[in-house]
Amino acid sequence: MFDLQWLLIAIPLASGALLLVWGKEADRFGHLIGTVASAASFVWGAVLFAKLMGSDAEDRSHTSRLFTWIDTGTFHVDMSFTFDQLSGLFVLLITGVGTLIHVYSIGYMEHDDRRRRFFAYLNIFVAAMLTLVLAADYLVLFLGWEGVGLASYLLIGFWQHKPSAAAAAKKAFVVNRVGDVGMALAIMLMFAQFGTTAIGTVNATVPGATQGAATALGLLLLLGACGKSAQVPLQSWLLDAMEGPTPVSALIHAATMVTAGVYLVVRSHGIFDASEAARNAVIVVGLVTLLVGAWIGCAKDDIKKALAGSTMSQIGYMMLAAGLGPAGYAFAIFHLITHGFFKANMFLGAGSVMHGMEDDVNMRHYGGLRKLMPVTFATFAIGYLAIIGVPPFAGFWSKDHIIEAAFGQNFWVGLGTLVGAGVTAFYMTRLMIMTFVSAKRWHPDVHPHESPKVMTIPLIALAALSAVGGLLALGDWIQEWLEPVTGAAEHHELGIPVILLTLIIVVIVALGIIAAVVFYRREPIAAETPADSSVSLFARAGRHELYGNEINDAVVVRPTRHLTRFLVWLDGMGIDGFVTGLADRLGDTSQFLRKPQTGFVRSYALTMFGGVAILVLALLAVTLA
Amino acid sequence: MSEYITLSLILFTIGAVGVLVRRNAIVVFMCIELMLNATNLAFVSFSRQHGNLDGQVAAFFVMVVAAAEVVVGLSIIVSIYRTRRSTSVDDASLLKS
Repeated sequence: MFDLQWLLIAIPLASGALLLVWGKEADRFGHLIGTVASAASFVWGAVLFAKLMGSDAEDRSHTSRLFTWIDTGTFHVDMSFTFDQLSGLFVLLITGVGTLIHVYSIGYMEHDDRRRRFFAYLNIFVAAMLTLVLAADYLVLFLGWEGVGLASYLLIGFWQHKPSAAAAAKKAFVVNRVGDVGMALAIMLMFAQFGTTAIGTVNATVPGATQGAATALGLLLLLGACGKSAQVPLQSWLLDAMEGPTPVSALIHAATMVTAGVYLVVRSHGIFDASEAARNAVIVVGLVTLLVGAWIGCAKDDIKKALAGSTMSQIGYMMLAAGLGPAGYAFAIFHLITHGFFKANMFLGAGSVMHGMEDDVNMRHYGGLRKLMPVTFATFAIGYLAIIGVPPFAGFWSKDHIIEAAFGQNFWVGLGTLVGAGVTAFYMTRLMIMTFVSAKRWHPDVHPHESPKVMTIPLIALAALSAVGGLLALGDWIQEWLEPVTGAAEHHELGIPVILLTLIIVVIVALGIIAAVVFYRREPIAAETPADSSVSLFARAGRHELYGNEINDAVVVRPTRHLTRFLVWLDGMGIDGFVTGLADRLGDTSQFLRKPQTGFVRSYALTMFGGVAILVLALLAVTLA
Repeated sequence: MSEYITLSLILFTIGAVGVLVRRNAIVVFMCIELMLNATNLAFVSFSRQHGNLDGQVAAFFVMVVAAAEVVVGLSIIVSIYRTRRSTSVDDASLLKS
């Protein structure tokens, strides 16, 4: 049965290929094919998962080999896939949330001429992500990894007629390449060190390797993870990626792409378990990203960019949890899943708002949409409560666990996550107030309206999941479920009762909400974004994404440009100069030499006579002497 | 005896100058013949002076080769004349392009 797990990937892939090659006549039903393919993959995944749940704990990892991919000398790579507790959860998340996004896109992209193509790309995205999570070999994983990069490029730049979208797609692609270098080097290092790239074997043999090798592997994988998961310092593509259609943002942020980095770290737990330095690097990256993301989220007026900031921040939480080692792996995955629910919910909700507001994304032009879009508001509100961690919604359980685990590791790390939780509450409340609650500020020509059913039903489904997603942790189910994959967690003593910490978290969250309410309810919100000069330094930095682009420019882009210019000059003057100079001199010599060749027989004859005369004179001189 | 050699020198010089300065291929050709005959005269004169027949034999060889050369040379000139309507050696400068 598990030998047929490749169908999970094959169905959406085949559907995507079909939609791309099928001509215009498929425009009428192409979106349905795409949605059904994704749903079929979900059903098959659910069947396999149910089977997994029904089997014994020792019998829950199924690797099936499809064919031999590479077989040269000592290097052997099988195209093989593993369906186990971890990849099973991911399959359900990717195909489940993915299918809901497909359904939503039917409505959202209804008036787009290229809807069929859009669904083809969505299918390819899902297929690539499934390859990534099911792979039993790092090289197969890399295949999915690059597939995700390609699909995200195609989708972010889907509206390629907009130069900004084309640029954003390019940026995402290029920044991801930086991460891919890390990934590729890690795979090469694995082969050099262990002679294999099979995930299971590598993670099992890492403890026998040197500390340096494990740390290098961990750091290289972290670089790869930073690229895909938009962690500092490779975060800059994520906010620009908002140029894509909103369902794409939902897909990238909730079910695919950005979760790949977290998955990679958890899947490579053997490597990270073996190297404390690599683990600490993951924690630092996660912590910095979660604070930076929250900061950016506070300052953006663009609803999608504010949500993108929050994604960065939440992925930071997951990274941090993954860096905590066995104590955090399960919580990283748990938060990833609940985040998948509520972030997809909110992104699709934002799309629904934009749909009603004629694609305006500036929250300053919203306000008071609560009554006009009741379903969107209600579902968005549930996502909101979930992300800020209000009990009993999903985010509360997952974030609570991560903060607890962080405090178990180190007080300051814990404090960072706690601050992050408060800031999250602040900026999400701000977003809610500006969009749904405050006085209306939209243009009289705009007529906000509720979205059609095909868009609201996925919202309702995701809202329901955001509300009850916390059940996964009921009775520590998820920890026990993932334990065979990630290893058992040793228990940390916190020094204070867990219930007290939970209480503190709730209080911090409440403070964040109150702060936002006080700040944004006290006076009416300006209908236009205030100029940079009139806002605080804090807000200004946030608006400019903490000058991440400027830093990239100064540190990477400009020096590279100068280097290029220098190299071009060197090439022109030095290398080309020598070669062309040599050729020029030879040419000049030839020019000089061809002058005697006049084409007149007489002059040749004269030369001959002259030569003979000299010869005769020389002979005479010799004989006479 | 030296008169013959002097005559030979004069004839050779006339031939050589003719080759160098004349444009008409026929005249150039005739000048070449003149130079050949000047050498023949020198050969025969030296042969008589030294009292052996080597020079005479050489003169015969030169005559035979000159006869063959006339055949080839004249046919080249005729074919050039046919294609270019001119026997000027300056016009036949295709190799210089």
